[in-house]
Amino acid sequence: MAEEPSTISEKLQKLIGVRSEPVIFKVEEGAIQRYAEAIGDRNPLYNDIDYAKKSKFGRLMCPPGFTGWPVKHRRITEGPVELLVKAGAPARLLDGGVEFEFFEPIGAGEILVASTTITNITEKQTRLGRTLFTTIEIDYVNQNGSLALKAKQTFIMF
Amino acid sequence: MAKQLYYEDVEVGMEITPLAKVATTRMLVQWAGASGDFNPLHYDEEFAKNIGVGAPIVHGALKRAWLGQLMIDWIGEEGVLKRLSCQYRAMDYPRKMKTMTEPQPGETWWCKGKVVKKYEENGEFLVECQIWVENGKGEITTPGSALVSLPSKHASKS
Repeated sequence: MAEEPSTISEKLQKLIGVRSEPVIFKVEEGAIQRYAEAIGDRNPLYNDIDYAKKSKFGRLMCPPGFTGWPVKHRRITEGPVELLVKAGAPARLLDGGVEFEFFEPIGAGEILVASTTITNITEKQTRLGRTLFTTIEIDYVNQNGSLALKAKQTFIMF
Repeated sequence: MAKQLYYEDVEVGMEITPLAKVATTRMLVQWAGASGDFNPLHYDEEFAKNIGVGAPIVHGALKRAWLGQLMIDWIGEEGVLKRLSCQYRAMDYPRKMKTMTEPQPGETWWCKGKVVKKYEENGEFLVECQIWVENGKGEITTPGSALVSLPSKHASKS
């Protein structure tokens, strides 16, 4: 296997621990319904407002991992990716995987603050050529100040 | 909704009720809109060829969302999903559309899982699962894991 990790540049090294500007957004009912429909998930907690209001949650709920309308949401990951590319990371990107930790339920009407930190960068030679495995951690804090969701996202940059 | 699953119903080695999914080009477009992921990798033939994956591929995050549905459907409304992770190890290619509503014949993806551990911790009844998405050939393209907390029949009686 020619996949020995090599050392990453000083410029990239400096990005580890860097926290992006927080993004604030509201979780909208319509966004949840569209997302559930796109998965083909008919769970009434995501689709049926009346049902969800009568449930113990009292509001339309997000499917796991969904946090609301994406227009601003995209900036959450695009910010760190831009930083990485500017520091010399290869620009071609594949999603490598994700790990979610759920702490509080997330539902319609909530205001979330998302902040992103680049936590790890590893460089390897793979069949794609020079490849960077980068981990970014996204913390979603709700309006009560509680951490609702933590996402650890791996990007493969080559 | 399916009937509620209890901690006592679960045994190590037990299978999670599988969930079938058919990824179509239509579904990928819908997912792009609902998730905000407009990477041309998922709808532009030329772009997908240039990046080296051959043809547009199924979004990793869509497969992750399927796995979320697999778990939530299984644990019911009283169950709590605490952790979910997966890695996108292999490409999946969507079925094209034959008519407006009908996909071309081809593979069906299966979301599956099994219980690997059950234990009590800090008053919670926890179940650890190995989960994955299988393509039409039965190959695992997206392995993952999940941790859930289930209600206990004994705890609910007290």
